Amino acid sequence: MSAPLLTLTDAGLYCPDGDFFIDPWQPVSRAVITHAHADHARPGSASYLSAQDGVSVLRHRLGPYAQIDALPYGDTQQIIGVRLSLHPAGHILGSAQVRVERGGEVWVVSGDYKTAPDPTCRPFEPIRCHTFVTESTFGLPIYRWPAEQEIFEQIHAFWRENQEVGLATVIFAYSLGKAQRILAGLDTSIGPIYCHGAVDSMNQRYRETGISLPPTTLVTEETHKDAFCRALILAPPSAQRSPWTRRLGDYAGGFVSGWMLIRGARRRRVVERGFVLSDHADWPGLLSSIEATGAQRVLVTHGHIVPMVQWLREKGLEAHGLQTRFEGELDEVSEESESKTNV
Amino acid sequence: MRAFATLYSRLDSTTKTNRKLGALRDYFSTAAPADAAWAVHFLVGRTLKRLINSRELQTWGAAAAGIPDWLFLECYSAVGDMAETLALLLPPPAESTPLPLHYWVEAVLARLGSLAEDEKRAALVNAWQSMDREQRLVWNKLITGGFRVGVSHKLVVRALAEAGGLPAATVAHRLMGDWTPSAEFFQQLLAKEGGTAEVSRPYPFFLAYPLEDPPESLGSITDWQCEWKWDGIRAQLLRRQGKTYLWSRGEELVTERFPEISEEAERLPEGTALDGEILAWKDGAVLPFALLQQRIGRKKLGPKILDDVPVALLTFDILEKEGQDVRAMPLSERRKYLAEILERLFLPRHILLSPMVEAASWEALAAAREGSRTRNVEGVMLKRLDSPYGVGRQRGPWWKWKINPHTVDAVLIYAQLGHGRRASLHTDYTFGVWHDGELVPFAKAYSGLTDEEIREVDRFVRNHTLERFGPVRRVEPTLVFEIAFEGIQKSTRHKSGIAVRFPRMARWRHDKKAEEADTLERLKGMIQETH
Repeated sequence: MSAPLLTLTDAGLYCPDGDFFIDPWQPVSRAVITHAHADHARPGSASYLSAQDGVSVLRHRLGPYAQIDALPYGDTQQIIGVRLSLHPAGHILGSAQVRVERGGEVWVVSGDYKTAPDPTCRPFEPIRCHTFVTESTFGLPIYRWPAEQEIFEQIHAFWRENQEVGLATVIFAYSLGKAQRILAGLDTSIGPIYCHGAVDSMNQRYRETGISLPPTTLVTEETHKDAFCRALILAPPSAQRSPWTRRLGDYAGGFVSGWMLIRGARRRRVVERGFVLSDHADWPGLLSSIEATGAQRVLVTHGHIVPMVQWLREKGLEAHGLQTRFEGELDEVSEESESKTNV
Repeated sequence: MRAFATLYSRLDSTTKTNRKLGALRDYFSTAAPADAAWAVHFLVGRTLKRLINSRELQTWGAAAAGIPDWLFLECYSAVGDMAETLALLLPPPAESTPLPLHYWVEAVLARLGSLAEDEKRAALVNAWQSMDREQRLVWNKLITGGFRVGVSHKLVVRALAEAGGLPAATVAHRLMGDWTPSAEFFQQLLAKEGGTAEVSRPYPFFLAYPLEDPPESLGSITDWQCEWKWDGIRAQLLRRQGKTYLWSRGEELVTERFPEISEEAERLPEGTALDGEILAWKDGAVLPFALLQQRIGRKKLGPKILDDVPVALLTFDILEKEGQDVRAMPLSERRKYLAEILERLFLPRHILLSPMVEAASWEALAAAREGSRTRNVEGVMLKRLDSPYGVGRQRGPWWKWKINPHTVDAVLIYAQLGHGRRASLHTDYTFGVWHDGELVPFAKAYSGLTDEEIREVDRFVRNHTLERFGPVRRVEPTLVFEIAFEGIQKSTRHKSGIAVRFPRMARWRHDKKAEEADTLERLKGMIQETH
């Protein structure tokens, strides 16, 4: 039997036959990037390969001098001994699953993915493969997302309630991906929408890539507090404990994350309301995606690795854990570090 | 039960006191009395006897959710709350029951205990299938006995008072003591006039705030009565209609637990209510709290324990005299009544007058307070001589001026995941001190850190685990914390040979290395100082 297509090294997930890394956590010569969140796209590598849709947001993360090559979804590229292609993961704009093929054997690395609808990125496409490397951030059966429409109704009701008592509504969410997904789903007839700088710069990248988002205004030091009492303001989680919020006057805060499904997490956030909307697949989403790949072997990374592996084994699949340095287990902490790098 | 579930969600989804108050008031104003009575029961923290054990709940819950037991347990450890885990895991409900709260409690919940196992299971599964998610969560909270929703007793009283148009003190008093949740009870609770007074009903306790400013800020010491602050069980002793009732501050009837006090109380005049502290008391001196605790732990009080750990009620106030409520009288008057009554008891041994601390100046009082530890007291109490006996905790008339706690620097050696608000974070810590070149565990502490610090320690724990034993992680012994505690005792049950009272983290000693932490010898030295 020949060597496995992908192996884990100190620098990250490595493909020896193609001499490239996928989402490496140390600088390497060639990095294939699944998406532009901080724990997957780290600076310092000599060259990067990204899905075409993701180039603009990745450029924002890596700076003007990084060497970034683009590959449209579905196009195949021969890299030394393997054929590589990228396929929509439905996580954020430009997020990709990496398909690697060598002599008929196919591996797919999911990166982060979700199966719920999102108008700001291409939907997840299951790819048939022999080995599937899946994330497991929400890999427990307690995680089952409510319908998206229900969540937007809750956000809108919260916004209106706050308007009635003259409070600004601040929605704390990831500045890359989550914020744009919320923006695209908001009912703009309720009131004006403002954005924190970190969210605003990501909005620009989305608009440059051709994603249509409703009009928003940047919160600046000059904006008068009175402007906010009917408004909804989108801000990264790190802004919650910063002096920035003083610009807004009195406000009621909501936090948007899959973790908000759990009361403990919601109460720790010390916000008025938690809204359950995630960029990741829930338990049924993970299981149906794994099944749709037809993979006989599943490697489980960041999140609830142990229970996920055991569950898959009990279902007759070959499953193993893969200890990566993606920040699944740190949940809320990674959300903060993500947004801090954007501010 | 829908209305109650909605109330729960409203309370749970806000951190603002005013919104909580509004939600409670709305509920009490509109709910049927039979339901509102149960709502009060649960909201003030009264529970029903636990009717289902957690083993049964896990097994039946996992089966109803269609997952194996091991996966159910994984989920529970991620959520940190059994009721919520169940609510999240059960399949979407078939219907949303319109039946009221009192039905579910009286006709289902209260009867679970008398059912055979399979009937019990069927009743539970049927309840789950009848309820929407919101109701299910509340229901699960009720069956697990873990109903808490972040409203204080005081807030519930305020909401009831507003809903009924009554003074809060009236509602607080009517909520004291022994009552059964029923429509009649709730109607009496909010009745404009009198209501029928329960003979056993105690008065709400009056509580003191800790003194933060120097005592000089209180004006002249001649306006104040000073007493020792006892470290025992605060209690109210009632003698009415030829019967004796001894209530603890937790509103538990403890008459039987302290037969010496109850017997002597028979000699009290009819219509008397005294406020005091139950202490382990021998030869005119207080024994350490740990001994009292041992006695409380006993199911049966044999002659040996009664002999080894006798008790006394050190009384410091009188609330009812000859059947009249005297709480509005000034303290100086009440003290006179109290002294008279105790004098007439003739050589009491178990109902005593708590002595005043005589001090001519604040300096003299401060000096007396320094001797608290050798007397086994927690410090001194300051009460305005003209103060009436109020309700609950108020700033101004009464203050407690405690001595500073003991402190030692100790090393974090074990960590465990917390529950509830702290689920999925390592917040339960075990600390060690040095002995013969090894760290010996001596205390567990859960409180004292900020949320920010908790997150930081959690990250440290995850990245510096040396070993795991189930939920417990042994970590690299490098973090040093100052641990504060109130009392210290020899103990044969602990490996360290000592037990400390109310340990908590006073601060994180970033400036100290593990080697600089304190030793077991120093802790043992503290026991010497105390006695």
